[in-house]
Amino acid sequence: MTQPTPIPTEPAPLLRIDGLKTHFFTDDGVVKAVDGVDLTVEQGKTLCVLGESGCGKSIMARSILRIVDRPGRIVDGSITYQAADGRSVDLAAMSPTSPAIRQIRGSDIAMIFQEPMTSLGPIQKIGKQIVETILLHRKMTKAEAKETAIEMLNRVGIPRPRERFEAYPFELSGGMRQRAMIAMALCCQPRLLIADEPTTALDVTTQAQILDLIADLKEEFNMAVMLITHDLGVVAEVAEDVAVMYLGKVVEKGDVYSIFEEPKHPYTRALLESVPRIGVKHAGRLPAIEGMVPHPLVRPTGCPFRTRCRDFMPGTCDVHQPVLQRHGRTDVACFLHNPVPAHG
Amino acid sequence: MDDQTPMDDVILDVRDLSMHFPVRAGMFGKNYSAVRAVDNVSFQVHRGETFGIVGESGSGKTTLGRCIMRILGPTGGEIAYASEGAGMVDLAAVEDAQMRDLWREIRMIFQDPQSSLNPRLPVIELVGQVLRKAEGLKGAALADRVAELLKSVGLRPEILHRYPAAFSGGQRQRIGIARALATKPQLVIADEAVSALDVSIQAQTLNLLQDLQEEFGLTYVFIAHDLAVVEHICDRVAVMFLGEIVELADTETLFASPKHPYTRALLSAVPVPDPRQRSDRRLRAAAPAEVTDTATACKFAARCPHAQDLCRRQRPQKRVVDGAEVLCHFAGEI
Repeated sequence: MTQPTPIPTEPAPLLRIDGLKTHFFTDDGVVKAVDGVDLTVEQGKTLCVLGESGCGKSIMARSILRIVDRPGRIVDGSITYQAADGRSVDLAAMSPTSPAIRQIRGSDIAMIFQEPMTSLGPIQKIGKQIVETILLHRKMTKAEAKETAIEMLNRVGIPRPRERFEAYPFELSGGMRQRAMIAMALCCQPRLLIADEPTTALDVTTQAQILDLIADLKEEFNMAVMLITHDLGVVAEVAEDVAVMYLGKVVEKGDVYSIFEEPKHPYTRALLESVPRIGVKHAGRLPAIEGMVPHPLVRPTGCPFRTRCRDFMPGTCDVHQPVLQRHGRTDVACFLHNPVPAHG
Repeated sequence: MDDQTPMDDVILDVRDLSMHFPVRAGMFGKNYSAVRAVDNVSFQVHRGETFGIVGESGSGKTTLGRCIMRILGPTGGEIAYASEGAGMVDLAAVEDAQMRDLWREIRMIFQDPQSSLNPRLPVIELVGQVLRKAEGLKGAALADRVAELLKSVGLRPEILHRYPAAFSGGQRQRIGIARALATKPQLVIADEAVSALDVSIQAQTLNLLQDLQEEFGLTYVFIAHDLAVVEHICDRVAVMFLGEIVELADTETLFASPKHPYTRALLSAVPVPDPRQRSDRRLRAAAPAEVTDTATACKFAARCPHAQDLCRRQRPQKRVVDGAEVLCHFAGEI
């Protein structure tokens, strides 16, 4: 299941997702939550995955760690992870319960969630939970693990960490819990942190602190970050690379400046226009995207965005599926830019 | 502010409103302190405007909205409301029976369309129940009215007999808005009405709220934490911090030249959707929130970068600085 590969000359991406499809086999039909995603996460860089609810961004992230719940499963594609020793492994081919993926979860790739109580147990003290994680993945004595845990709590900005080590999750505020969860995720110094809407439930001032914290720790540990969010402000603040998702597909990806300054996909453009911005007065109404995300069981033919697209071209967009192609500085999946296949 | 009689166009005049929740402890449940969720708040809302209330969680903005709706009985102060039917009434003092009538004029839109709509009722009941009670409508007349309301919020009238589970978040919020509009209200309190919605749906809903305001001459009290949304939709804005309004001004003034240090901290914490405007992170990170609840200090003093001895000794009084009401000793100087 893991085969050694020669060390490449140029630095390989830390994580490379190719044609990933994660489908849910429900009684009502197959929900194609992730339907052909191509992405790369570079070593030590921050990739933001931008999308609205139902676009499959969380399922994509959970697919990486192989924690997709039934009835969902990966049906196609590969997730190539470049391990620290230079070997590359395909996470998509592993069994979700295998010791190999368990070793990667937590120690190589860690994940934090919007709701801290997803990863913190409610009836165990914070400190104990972190120590457990450390002992599972690192060779340390209990006393060393405790010191590491306290140091980590301190690093994430929890005041009086020695006291908080003995605290239960319910004794902490939302922002402090979020910090405790980050401390637990980072205690094994992962090479990739996947953060799924980590600040969505927080106040803006707390959000600013948590984003700062993730950015600091990323530099300190030379860690890559995949941050999943629907908030364009957060993307602009922390991203180096951006991937925009719609209905289970990446419709556009590129560096953060290109995405914000020269968006090519009509969906990216519409998203950027439809957010109110401080200091920018729209005379009257916001340019909203019409309609809504189609029902997951009734996917449109051709381009998934065509039902809401201002530039919909009948005979093309509803017949052919656009694929990601390089245009200038971004990859875009849209027939406004890409040639229409002759037959398809 | 000297003139205490409400002017003609004032629909809501809140004076020194307080909502203190007792904290009980000990064997006999003695009150030993109180949470001052809303503390001596005064403001006026003019007819036809959108009045914004912003603040972080725990600032008391939702409690304030609930006091106006009389879901909570305030512990102090007055809420003078210019009723269509009953003239001037003090919402803080009216009997429950009268309040029930007033709930036709003052309606609320809630944040979470998932939990604010009863999942066991079809749309016609969700929207029409209040009409049945208030106007005695039933049968085809009721269905017609509800269908009309659904059309006005951009929903197809065919959905009358479907249940909330069949709709997306954005559609449910539209149903919630239709329900709020059913009794032709004059005042609508929207508590985080667009916070749970996706970006593209949020823009649609904001536009809808503006359209409906023009069509029906509505007055909105718009409670939200998202400053960009508040700037977009509100005419005047009050910023709340730990139960107090620390700054109140028209939207343009507030966002162009925030006077209170808290307003500034809040504004600078909002991520700007432009990667070229990344803020200097070291400057932005504020000290962790610490509640210093003393009667003799400015509530923001513990977090304020400009705090001086005076701030820790004396509660600031409301002052008007360049058109903004500010609760700060040093507003205008810092």
